[in-house]
Amino acid sequence: MGDWKTVTVPVLPSDGKNIFQYTSERRISSPGMNSQVLRLPLPSSKSMHTFFSAFCTEENIEQSLSYLDRELTTLGFPSIFAEPRGRELNLISVINCMNELLVLQHKNLRAQEEVEMQHLKLGSDMDHLQNCYAKLKEQLELSKREIVGLQERDRQLQTKNRNLHQLLKNEKDEVQKLQNIISSRATQYNHDMKRKEREYNKLKERLHQLVMNKKDKKIAMEVLNYVGRADGKRGAWRTDKTEARNEEEMYKVLLSDFEQRQKQLLVENAELKKVLQQMKKEIISLLPPQKQKPKERSEDGPVLSDLEEDIGELNKENMWELSCETVREQLTNSIRKQWRMLKNHVEKLDNQVSRVHSGALNDKDVISREDHELETEKLELEIQQCKEMIKTQQQLLQQQLMSPCDDDTTLLLQDCYLLEEKERLQEEWRLFREQKKNFEKERRSFTEAAIRLGLERKAFEEDRGAWLKQQFLSPDQDNRLAKSASRQRKPHCLSSPLSAESWQQTPQSITNNSAASTPPARDSKPNQWEESEGEETE
Amino acid sequence: MNFSELFKLTGLLSRFSPNGKCLASCVQYRLVVRDVSTLQVLQLYTCLDQIQHIEWSSDSLFILCAMYKRGIVQVWSLEQPDWHCKIDEGSAGLVASCWSPDGRHILNTTEFHLRITVWSLCTKSVSYIKYPKACQQGIAFTKDGRYMAVAERRDCKDFVSIFVCSDWQLLRHFDTETQDLFGIEWAPNGCVLAVWDTCLEYKILLYSLDGRLLSTYRAYEWSLGIKSIAWSPSSQFLAIGSYDEKVRILNHVTWKKITEFEHPTTIANTKTIVYKEVEKSPSAETERLSLPPSRASASSWFSTQSKYDISQVPVSLHHIKPVADRANPKIGVGMLAFSADNCFLATKNDNIPNAVWIWDIQKLKLFVVLEQLSAIQSFQWDPRQPRLALCTGNSKVYLWSPAGCVSVQVPMEGDFQIVSLSWHSSGDSMALLSKDNFCVCYLEREEV
Repeated sequence: MGDWKTVTVPVLPSDGKNIFQYTSERRISSPGMNSQVLRLPLPSSKSMHTFFSAFCTEENIEQSLSYLDRELTTLGFPSIFAEPRGRELNLISVINCMNELLVLQHKNLRAQEEVEMQHLKLGSDMDHLQNCYAKLKEQLELSKREIVGLQERDRQLQTKNRNLHQLLKNEKDEVQKLQNIISSRATQYNHDMKRKEREYNKLKERLHQLVMNKKDKKIAMEVLNYVGRADGKRGAWRTDKTEARNEEEMYKVLLSDFEQRQKQLLVENAELKKVLQQMKKEIISLLPPQKQKPKERSEDGPVLSDLEEDIGELNKENMWELSCETVREQLTNSIRKQWRMLKNHVEKLDNQVSRVHSGALNDKDVISREDHELETEKLELEIQQCKEMIKTQQQLLQQQLMSPCDDDTTLLLQDCYLLEEKERLQEEWRLFREQKKNFEKERRSFTEAAIRLGLERKAFEEDRGAWLKQQFLSPDQDNRLAKSASRQRKPHCLSSPLSAESWQQTPQSITNNSAASTPPARDSKPNQWEESEGEETE
Repeated sequence: MNFSELFKLTGLLSRFSPNGKCLASCVQYRLVVRDVSTLQVLQLYTCLDQIQHIEWSSDSLFILCAMYKRGIVQVWSLEQPDWHCKIDEGSAGLVASCWSPDGRHILNTTEFHLRITVWSLCTKSVSYIKYPKACQQGIAFTKDGRYMAVAERRDCKDFVSIFVCSDWQLLRHFDTETQDLFGIEWAPNGCVLAVWDTCLEYKILLYSLDGRLLSTYRAYEWSLGIKSIAWSPSSQFLAIGSYDEKVRILNHVTWKKITEFEHPTTIANTKTIVYKEVEKSPSAETERLSLPPSRASASSWFSTQSKYDISQVPVSLHHIKPVADRANPKIGVGMLAFSADNCFLATKNDNIPNAVWIWDIQKLKLFVVLEQLSAIQSFQWDPRQPRLALCTGNSKVYLWSPAGCVSVQVPMEGDFQIVSLSWHSSGDSMALLSKDNFCVCYLEREEV
């Protein structure tokens, strides 16, 4: 649009006739306005003179002034004359009016600018909208055409689908029909067959009658002599008993067959149960112990352990002989649980491995691997060291063997390796011999004690026998004597009555060792030997 | 392997005696009994007409010779060659004849399956079983010979009667839920009877010895069903071969299918060994040429040697497409046999006629496939060890064992096309039968 130049328009007296022409050639303002009202676009400086001189000339100054005054007052400005209907100009008001007019002019110019800008904007908006509208219209057309096309296709496909359904139905109907035909033909054939068969049966009956009539003439068996039965027995009459026997035989055959099969099944069952047991044990052994932690399987843990216990008990009781439902179910359930746990464990391991392969940073895994590597390095170092040590040892040994030295030194050298051991052994031998001597002593004392005890026992028995005799023969007198005697005896050999009873109850068997170690004199009194041992332990 | 010379034979009638000492063979109307080890003629009997069927009694003392055209059965005794017995069915006709397990009764099935007559060699009594079923396997004896099951049909319904063989008393009589019973077979333990339906319906019923229905098995509907069945020697498994080229194995505990064996024309599993018979070009050993050429060498010139090669998997087998609109098409598993130790099952799929499939029963997997150059005629397991002998209509006999397989040319002059074979009960020898001749082959202990 270009910049509007604010031109200070000087009031110049100049040839102004052209103004009217100029302005009338310009745009036509609104018809309501007076033709004398000027609309001022930017006039060029050349036309300035003509413009400004056209309105007021020397002849019509008063008229121009009065006209101006009229216009200004109608526009709301104060009058330019000092007094109304006067002839003297109020210069101040004229200047004010001019200023006002300028301001107004500016305002109008601005407003005009704005309006024209807006006008242009609107015009461009309109263009834009029209373009959009045109495009959208085009698009709408296209879409409509597309829709129509798709609808057409959809319709075609639907008809095709319907046709195919129809074909399928037709085929199915045909199949059904054929089947019906087949079945009806089959029944027809059966019926015909039956009819023919009946006829045939009738013929057969007739023939049979004819044959039976001629029976006595031709149908016979000629045999030189009758043969004995295969099993050598005589033929038997057919009676009810034989019938019953036959039934019995048949049932026996069936029963034996069933029993055989049941046995086979039992054996198979037992084997399978054994295999299951084994599997269970192996699964348990495969599972790592931390899987049994209660925090991971709180609900399964105690249950499992209970089951384990129960099944453990059952295992002890020859489980494969029990075949009741609950036991069977328990076994299979426990195996299933174990197997599930093992499967989870293996899956976890797989995940771990895959994570390690993919290089994900999981502290445990990474550290474990590093640890692993460190460990291997350490172990390798150790191996190196050990190898070196072995080498040095070997070298030393070689030197020892190879170095030439006289017999004494070699003997000494050989001995010095074993010296310590020899001394230790000798110590031990000494100790052993001492202990042996002690044992011998003790044994001798024991045997002597045993002999003594034996003698005492003998004496006691004799006394007892005598006392009993006395008691039986003379009951009154000797009671007191016997009592006193028994009381005397009691403190003397405290343990002997008790041990006598124990002797009689213990079996008369000696272990081989004791028999071998005791001297021959002991064999005659085995009980005493045991008794003495009993004493020792007590 | 030693081969005996050729002997004349008619009708593929050559049977080893149950005690393994004798071999009976028929030539037209003569019955020749030979000693097994020396093949010397022990006895020679002459029958009244051409013999159609011979059978040894269980104690190897008697042989029956059945002549269906004349309706006569003649029984010969080995101990007393003078003893004779002739059973004449006369106008009733004769369709089948067999011994009872005790070796003293003969069961004759009259024409049109009118009745089964039980003739006794010990007494003069005769028993009749009415309404027997006209099917392939209508009579079945248990292995211990105690019970006999007979399939019957009355009023268009199938029944099974169980008789006690010692006194021919009827033990049980029950109806079966079959459309048209095709066959019955006892399990080796004698406690279960398998009854199966015609090939139009896939249905197999298992009955206990006392007549209770234990289980029914149906694999599918509408398509052709069961073609052949076989019990395993321990009665643990029942193999069912069907027209859909599959073998289904049922187990004896639940009578449910435990596995299916398929017989595809292409074998892709790398763990299967495929032995393919290939012809070896006969080596012309020029130093041995002699004029005039001896008979033996002449035959060896013209007969091609063959050997087995291991084919690399995947292998595509030669198969034929059966004619679609004929009855009893050559499709499906038609031959089934378990080995004596229960470890292997040999099968033949009829539309892959040149191959024998050997399945490992312990692993329930295909173990070996033997592909021959011509169609398999018959195969039979050794009764003692896991060894399979098979013949394909040429003069070779093929043996397979887990150690390997071998193709043996029978050194015979002239044409000897082996159509059937049967093992001796000891597993040391076997009889190789052709249309007109037979020979006995002796195997050494260290053979394959």
